[in-house]
Amino acid sequence: MKQTARIISTYSADAMGVCSALYELGGMTVMHDASGCNSTYTTHDEPRWFDMDSMVYISGLSEMEAIMGDDEKLIEDISEAAEEMHPKFIAIAGTPIPTMTGFDYDAVAEVIEKRTGIPTFGFPTTGMNTYVHGASMALEGVVNRLIGDPSDKWIEEKLGEVETSDEEVPYKVNILGLTPLDYSGDGQVESIEKWLTDRGFLVGSRFAMGSDLDELGRASEAEVNLVVSGTGLGAARAMYEKFAIPSVIGLPIGPKQSDLLEDALLKAAREYRRFRTSGTVTERAGLTRLKIHPNDLDPVVKDDIVVLIGEGVMNFSLANSIRFETGHKTKVLCATECPDGILREWDKMTPDEDDIIPELAEASYIIADPLYKPICPKSAKFIALPSVGFSGRMYRDDIPDLVRDPGLILNQF
Amino acid sequence: MLKRIGKDGNTGHVRIPGVRIADADFPAPFRSGLEYSSPARGTWNIVHTGMLMPEAHEIYVCGAGCIRGVILTAAEMGLTDRFSTIAVREHNLLDGDMEDLIIEGVTDVLGKLPKRPPAVLLYTSCVHHFTGTDLDLVYSRLRERFPDIDFADCYMNPIMRKSGLTPDQLMRTRLYSLLHERQISSNAVAIIGNDLPAQKDNDLVKLLEAGGLKVHEITSCRTYAEYQEMAESSVYISYNPDAVSGGDMLSERLGGRHHYVKFSFDFDEIDEENAKLADTLVAVTCAEDGDAGKAAERENALRDAVAQLRERGREECRRALDETLALIGDTPVTIDYTFCPRPLGLARFLLENGFNVTKIYLDGIPGADRPDHEILREEYPDLMLYPTVHAAMRFAAAENADAADGTDAGAEGCRVLAIGQKAAYFENTDNFVNVVEGGGMLGYEAVTHTLELMREAYREKKNMRDLVQIKGLGCDICVR
Repeated sequence: MKQTARIISTYSADAMGVCSALYELGGMTVMHDASGCNSTYTTHDEPRWFDMDSMVYISGLSEMEAIMGDDEKLIEDISEAAEEMHPKFIAIAGTPIPTMTGFDYDAVAEVIEKRTGIPTFGFPTTGMNTYVHGASMALEGVVNRLIGDPSDKWIEEKLGEVETSDEEVPYKVNILGLTPLDYSGDGQVESIEKWLTDRGFLVGSRFAMGSDLDELGRASEAEVNLVVSGTGLGAARAMYEKFAIPSVIGLPIGPKQSDLLEDALLKAAREYRRFRTSGTVTERAGLTRLKIHPNDLDPVVKDDIVVLIGEGVMNFSLANSIRFETGHKTKVLCATECPDGILREWDKMTPDEDDIIPELAEASYIIADPLYKPICPKSAKFIALPSVGFSGRMYRDDIPDLVRDPGLILNQF
Repeated sequence: MLKRIGKDGNTGHVRIPGVRIADADFPAPFRSGLEYSSPARGTWNIVHTGMLMPEAHEIYVCGAGCIRGVILTAAEMGLTDRFSTIAVREHNLLDGDMEDLIIEGVTDVLGKLPKRPPAVLLYTSCVHHFTGTDLDLVYSRLRERFPDIDFADCYMNPIMRKSGLTPDQLMRTRLYSLLHERQISSNAVAIIGNDLPAQKDNDLVKLLEAGGLKVHEITSCRTYAEYQEMAESSVYISYNPDAVSGGDMLSERLGGRHHYVKFSFDFDEIDEENAKLADTLVAVTCAEDGDAGKAAERENALRDAVAQLRERGREECRRALDETLALIGDTPVTIDYTFCPRPLGLARFLLENGFNVTKIYLDGIPGADRPDHEILREEYPDLMLYPTVHAAMRFAAAENADAADGTDAGAEGCRVLAIGQKAAYFENTDNFVNVVEGGGMLGYEAVTHTLELMREAYREKKNMRDLVQIKGLGCDICVR
């Protein structure tokens, strides 16, 4: 039956995705919730909680406040806390009860912003979608509200540098979709950065691990974005709509996948630079985002099927690499939200346990978080790929850095 | 310690909202507002407590965000095979099909289990309360479909935490709700309402042993059948304040008497509580016994035990106090509410015996602590109370770490001794007593044991960072 899970876990929810995405930016995030969301988030979803400060709270919604529609209590509590702690922005994320009572996120955010003078977001999460939905919404909001055009001075200098240089000036790349829910292992983020610099790119803003709000504010200086998880797709959309900056979707795992990704980044960046240096806004609107689908390029040489379960972007990137490097057929079972056009036609959206189980019957190999193992057939070899987004802190120490060392997975076939 | 984000941190220094006890209102010394959640996780939640029922299967029905915390609790316990979920989605709020979702969802889960459980703890949530889900219908249908399974209506509805019973109190009513009525034995009693087993040498256990009584406790039940044997008890004894409602309900439904023992660090109060318990045991377990000689023998044994506890208990406590004070001296001591049900009672006891208690971390003053609150206000007006969930407490650990920089930690290296996990976290100290919910202590034993743990904490540092983040301290007793 849909919606039941006999034994497997569930993904971190959208409200937690908002908190995770905004964690390092100096804002104050409030989950409008009675109780429970905060301890769940801080215990299972947020490995930074003990060591890095961030203002993440719940509103402590009570029965009477919900029934009476007492939004003023929330507005007062947030305004008072903001006055004391001076966050750079305020974000409110929703949960099931505010969803039911028709809480008006935009209106409350507007009132708080007027009262405090601090930019305020109202994210209408419901607590019933996955973190990908919430984090993507939050990072999109950051781009739309908090990031402006590059300064005239910077543009002038950049144009001058491009025009006068004898060599191709390195392209600047933002990394979109970084949260510990997907990238929690030691060195994972640094490996992506290293891959970019090794290939001659400049690393721009990291949305949103390792960059503060000031650094994100310069994101429009980049010429292309690299989207490394579904949590970056909202920001990618906003970066295109607001600045016409294109995005390439995928993770550099394995040699061939990495080469294709580099080519795609270069192509997109060159095209964008050409428009930035000579085009008009109208002309820029003709750009489209890019992504790679290298699966179409190589013949399958082995019949064994590798099934991957988890977040869409990371898993389709790994699936591509497995196919390139080992020749196995691959199928991604995406258990989180993923916009149309990201996955391949043979991949599937599988939000429920009962969607997943039949797809595993034909698998020779299954790559998934260890908490999926109880539903996997013993006939398939299980390869653990832990995700904080699914199993929380339980297997965090075992998360592999596949950008640095893809052999950890690829050598198991 | 906590790294500040950005060059100068988000906020600079934030005022940590302490209040002198002389100025603290009862029972709510702090204004409610946005709530922070500290990394100290040792207290039990409703998943842990439910798992105390042997062989029972837990099923939660709620949104993904709410499911997440409970299923990962079960996973960290290694008990996902006793745990299932039914996810509420947005369309269920609009479709009006919540009853069907629960009935068919539970049926689906039970059909997939490798073995039929004897009992199901079915947890509904806030959304069911707000949508007016007909839970009577749900349970009626489920009991019709599965007559061999006992269903307990359990709740994960924190939005009701300020209306009626708290979640902890409610869970302690549900945990014993599946006991079936059976013949009561005057020779049997049950200790109820605790997550952690009673310490083998606490005053209560000593009294019950002296009376030669058969003692049931859910923490020692290995099977569902053993759990059912609790219903033969003639006295249900609780000493967790959150278990009082559960004990009363149990008594009303099954016929045994409920006796609540007040947790205390005050010698006179301990004597009084021990004597009152002996009275109840005599009244119930002796009067109903057909053998007059045996009844008299038990009564004498119980009275003697109370006297012995008074005499030996006081002597041992005084000895322990001397030893502990000589060791710890005027080292600052801080206490938090998760350590035991009477944090102010403990503070008063320590202060009156010469210890330098400086802070208590709590969000509300427990009802049982009211007399201690009054006395402390008069005698120790500068004792500071700090909240644990106030928004500014996010920065307390870092502020305390900053303040401690460069201070002399003393020969033993103990800058501050914390009693309880939250106090340890906020004080940023590895010298702490790692106990939650009273740790099964009671009576004079609680006094001597606490002092012993303080000495140990003073001498030996623990890895606070790792230890306090473990959920449900001691919950491995649920893995049977």
